[in-house]
Amino acid sequence: MQENLLIVRNVIKQYGDYKALNNVNISVPRGSIYALLGPNGAGKTTLMRIINQITAPDSGELIFDGEKLQKNHITDIGYMPEERGLYKKMKVGEQALYLAQLKGMSYNEALKKLKYWFEKLNILNWWNKKIEELSKGMAQKIQFVVTIIHDPKLLIFDEPFSGFDPINAAIMRKEILNLSKKGTTIIFSTHRMESVEEICDHIALINKSKTILEGTIENIKSQFSNNNYEVITKNSELENNDLYDIISNKEGLCHILLKKGVRGKDALDYINTNYEVISFKKETPTMEEIFIKAVKNA
Amino acid sequence: MHKIWLVIRREYLVRVKKKSFIVMTILGPLLMAALMIAPIYLANENQEERLIAVNQQSDFLLEDTELLHFTSIPEFEVINLRKDFSLSPYYALLNIEKGKFILYSNQQISLSVSRDIQRQIEQIVEINNLKEAGIDPQIIENAKTEIEITTRLIEKDGSSTNSHSEASMGIGFISGILIYIFIFMYGTMVMRGVIEEKANRIVEIIISSLKPFQLMMGKILGVAAVGLTQFILWIILTIIISTIAELTFLDTSSMTNEISANEQSVILAQLANITGGINLTQILLSFIFYFLAGYLMYSSLFAAVGSAVDAEADTQQFILPITIPLILSFILIQPIMDSPDGALAFWMSIIPFTSPVIMMVRLPFGVPGWELLLSMGILVSTFIATTWLAGRIYRTGILMYGKKPSYKELWKWLRY
Repeated sequence: MQENLLIVRNVIKQYGDYKALNNVNISVPRGSIYALLGPNGAGKTTLMRIINQITAPDSGELIFDGEKLQKNHITDIGYMPEERGLYKKMKVGEQALYLAQLKGMSYNEALKKLKYWFEKLNILNWWNKKIEELSKGMAQKIQFVVTIIHDPKLLIFDEPFSGFDPINAAIMRKEILNLSKKGTTIIFSTHRMESVEEICDHIALINKSKTILEGTIENIKSQFSNNNYEVITKNSELENNDLYDIISNKEGLCHILLKKGVRGKDALDYINTNYEVISFKKETPTMEEIFIKAVKNA
Repeated sequence: MHKIWLVIRREYLVRVKKKSFIVMTILGPLLMAALMIAPIYLANENQEERLIAVNQQSDFLLEDTELLHFTSIPEFEVINLRKDFSLSPYYALLNIEKGKFILYSNQQISLSVSRDIQRQIEQIVEINNLKEAGIDPQIIENAKTEIEITTRLIEKDGSSTNSHSEASMGIGFISGILIYIFIFMYGTMVMRGVIEEKANRIVEIIISSLKPFQLMMGKILGVAAVGLTQFILWIILTIIISTIAELTFLDTSSMTNEISANEQSVILAQLANITGGINLTQILLSFIFYFLAGYLMYSSLFAAVGSAVDAEADTQQFILPITIPLILSFILIQPIMDSPDGALAFWMSIIPFTSPVIMMVRLPFGVPGWELLLSMGILVSTFIATTWLAGRIYRTGILMYGKKPSYKELWKWLRY
């Protein structure tokens, strides 16, 4: 078994003169929860459409589960696009059966699975209702069920939490984590950095059609934690010297930036001998800070 | 193929189960039957016996007909009648004075009554005029004649067959109109379906399971099946309803008496004679062909338009160029029937955007085989081209939201 469920290599997609994706590379490890980040118009949706074979890349290759991505992989992928909805005039049950069968399930199999999920989410009594009779939140639940119904190896959610009310978003997060525990690999794109830190283990940052960052959350965080430290001292205040610059200083709470080549330990030793230290802590950036910084630097 | 089948089934079932489909299916034949029955029914309704009063002074002697009875009344009664008509037993009063003829009544006088009376008076006046000129009316009567012209077509092998332009016109007109209606109704139905999927935002979910082209073709074929179902139901229901209506509204006993079995067979023979010069099998097969090929060509264009816009209100500018040739062929049905072999008729039945309607109008008049084959061949290659073209616009268009695209943008989509 390969370690990566999905590998995207050197993918280029051009619309007229506009390059939507310019040499994008990502590797999605099996079983990971993988966040695709990037500002609007960076090319996230285009990449997701290419993985779903909705559009074809101009060049580059995609490897899914050890094979070149092809038509029959459609049944192994579940996709919930950002622009999502259902037939308003169609009954919930009929509609869910139709969409499940389009994903290659047999009628009986689809019926059994749907009943299971409808029961689990407590929505079985909606089966014969039309979508237009349901509230938006109810329709969202059905949307989620039809996305995951065929037990795909890879689930792709484009902005899954936008447009969902907080209760449904919480239910979805719980179910996504459940599916992940069962071994499903999950890719999603989002703007909400809190949810990234909460549930993801891998991220890729796409900006201006290129991947500018990729890796595990810890790796990326340590990569971005340049030598910023927060120092709290008693009585006396720090002053600039050869080892570090003071960024801010307020009644004993001090942010310092170590000079090039200076290790944290050296700074601590120095401060410890000259001041009374209460705390000395390396500052790790939040994903939001990393996001902004990376996009600015790119 | 399995997935296209799923799409076709959904598109078909959703539409066939709609209330509007059921209402249209029942109303259509009812209207058609009403159109056929109403004149007969109304004609029967008018056939009651009527008494007409004529003022005595006139020297016109009107003869009683089957339904009209005339009686002369004295002058004072005429004056009374003209004051108050409602209590009199008469349907109308005919007042003849110095060559002027006026019908009085307290109700709208039926057209057939006044026509009958007018005809009688005209006859009487004519005969009087002839007598005054010293001509025996009998001579005129004997000189009258009636001839009938039979038109015959000379075939290549030297034989000739009867040609009947009236029947040809009828068949051509009806099949041309039917194709026009079918393409228009179901083409726009396809377009609305595409817009619905886009507006519902379900389209991206579906095309993550199958190719956009499969979805488009599934929709087009599903709607075609709906159209065929409706037409077949219309034909069956029309036959049933008109049969029932005939049995209920018409006095069938008198009809069966009048038309004996013998006469019926004569009528049938005449009917066969009328249509004898027309190749009905060829027309039927061509009808099905132009029906399907024309619909496929136009509906794929309609689908492309639907994919390019967000709402039906935005379709106008794209719909117009598509419907112009269709409407043009509809308008030209009459002139084409007047000269079915002219240059206009020829070119319009070769150009694929007008050929489905125009060729059907021309066919009953006889069209050379090579022209028919050329027209069909061009139509098939055009519908392959338009479906391909529409598919390319469609697959980009369905994922585009927001601003209304221009023609320039559509052109760009074609090349993505």
